Amino acid sequence: MTLPLAIAMDGLIYASWLFIIAAGLTLIYGVMRILNLAHGSFYALGAYAAASAVAWYFTTGSPPLLSFLLLAACAVGMGVVAGLAIERGILRLVYGRDEVVMILVTYGVLLILEDVIKLIWGVNPYYAYQPYTLLGRTRIENLSLANYDLALVGLAALLALLLGLLLHRTRWGKLLQVVIFDRELGAAMGIDVARVFTTTFVLGAILGALAGAMTAPSLSVAPGIGIEVIVLAFAVVVIGGLGSVTGALVGALMVGLARASAVHLYPELELFVIYAVMGLVLAFRPEGLFAPPAARKI
Amino acid sequence: MSQGSEAVAAPVGAHRSIHHWGEWWLVAWGVLALAATPFVTGFWLYLFTIAAAKALVVLGLLLLMRTGLVSFGQGLYYAVGAYTVGMLGQLAGVQELGLLLGGALLLGGVTGAIIGALLCRYRGIFFAMFSLAVSMILYGVLVKMEVLGSTDGFNVVSPAMGGWQPEGDLGNRLLFAVAMVLVFGAALVARRYRYAPIGRYCEGVKENELRVEYLGVAARQVVWVTYLGAALLAATGGAITALATGHVGPEMAYWTTSGEFVFIALLGGTGHVAAALLGAVLFEVIYTFAFELSPYTWQLILGSALLLIILFLPEGLWSLPARLGRWVRS
Repeated sequence: MTLPLAIAMDGLIYASWLFIIAAGLTLIYGVMRILNLAHGSFYALGAYAAASAVAWYFTTGSPPLLSFLLLAACAVGMGVVAGLAIERGILRLVYGRDEVVMILVTYGVLLILEDVIKLIWGVNPYYAYQPYTLLGRTRIENLSLANYDLALVGLAALLALLLGLLLHRTRWGKLLQVVIFDRELGAAMGIDVARVFTTTFVLGAILGALAGAMTAPSLSVAPGIGIEVIVLAFAVVVIGGLGSVTGALVGALMVGLARASAVHLYPELELFVIYAVMGLVLAFRPEGLFAPPAARKI
Repeated sequence: MSQGSEAVAAPVGAHRSIHHWGEWWLVAWGVLALAATPFVTGFWLYLFTIAAAKALVVLGLLLLMRTGLVSFGQGLYYAVGAYTVGMLGQLAGVQELGLLLGGALLLGGVTGAIIGALLCRYRGIFFAMFSLAVSMILYGVLVKMEVLGSTDGFNVVSPAMGGWQPEGDLGNRLLFAVAMVLVFGAALVARRYRYAPIGRYCEGVKENELRVEYLGVAARQVVWVTYLGAALLAATGGAITALATGHVGPEMAYWTTSGEFVFIALLGGTGHVAAALLGAVLFEVIYTFAFELSPYTWQLILGSALLLIILFLPEGLWSLPARLGRWVRS
């Protein structure tokens, strides 16, 4: 009984983490048609900012529970700064180019940010374990789970709900849907597409940074974490269908459960299984599970 | 997908005269490179051998790019070629250079044919991502394989020719010569391929696939053959790298390695096969010196260069002389 439960819980925790990253990636792609490789850098920036801020915060002796607010604040701050700088400074210059060229542009940005991070924070790992241990652990049967991880699941669920409401129940969401469906039509109807782009990109960047900030307490923040993460987020988004938030949720659950099963049953297959799921989905539904098929243009 | 349409519009005959010129240039440079074998100093010997290996991979990438496909997974075949050489040496005790290269080609070809059959249905961004996924699968397998040294990889035997095993410097020089023959030979073949009917279809697939189909050509077959060619070239490049460095590791299949190849392709430009050679040499030189001078800003330099090229030189460095010429005349 313990093994299935362990797989389910580990899978769920991993999936929540994946969803927060993938949601930003898929949102940006859906609206802007940019597969943003630099999303991994947002994740890394969030993680670094959070780790150094939390480490500093606990030396001041302030109330420890407020450190969670600090984590979120770091994510938002980093997301806004980095998102605005990249969208305004670089992406603006290349709008309208081919989607594949956009991958290359964001690949360049990813490389640049990797070194910028090293220049700011150095190459030694950062630890910010305090918020993680602060919440204690829960026992379910004979399984001990960190409450922090469970809170992460809650956060992911909350974000999924909020994103759903934002996209389907608000005015801004409706405008966004129009831009996703047909950018030119949206512009013709008087939607300020440039502003929608900027807002979306910053929102996506905040989500990426949030994922980083929230994971910072549970691991050592070291160079290269962004590069590792981006291909995982990629797999999730591709499985669910590029541009679909629901897809990202389903993709995250699939990848999370697949990886947790592999880790518990055949640890050798841990990485393999993620991309195998992606390969299988792509082989049968090239555009992913939840993306509408595109018309073939002559 | 509307760049480079002038190449398709030009009649076939228009290229004839330049055609032969270009080939003789390549042959001349190849002979020059071979003749330089005894005179190149140790450090440059290694650098040029690695550059040639990477140029082989990039040549394949150029063929794909001319079909409108960017593969973010050429590292897969690079690693397959390298690991084949490594495993043949370590596990089967093979040292003969011809056999090692042949083995790499065979395994690279088989993997390329199978994966190509899957991938030839995809275009644009999906092709890029699917190719990345497949190479990451191999990475995932290699990292977890204790027999193959897991994340550390393992050492490669030094090759022999006809039973004779050249030692140290002489061995390096021989490998350099082999790499030069291979890379210039491959460049010539790639050039021929480009101007052959199938190469023209490649450009057609990039411009408008449906119309190519209407003309009675199976676009998927064209893509499959091109993909297979790129896989063979990448496997050869991987084999040369393994022999030159004497070591193989799973990072050869990691997506950043594949990204590096795409970078070299863009650096040189997709307009000419020699651009791959130029791009690879330039990349290795910058890499070596930038990495020595400041290891923490190497990626910064790389990323900035990539952005600058995309913004200001979309056809790569190869187009720089022509651009300058136009600028001077006007």
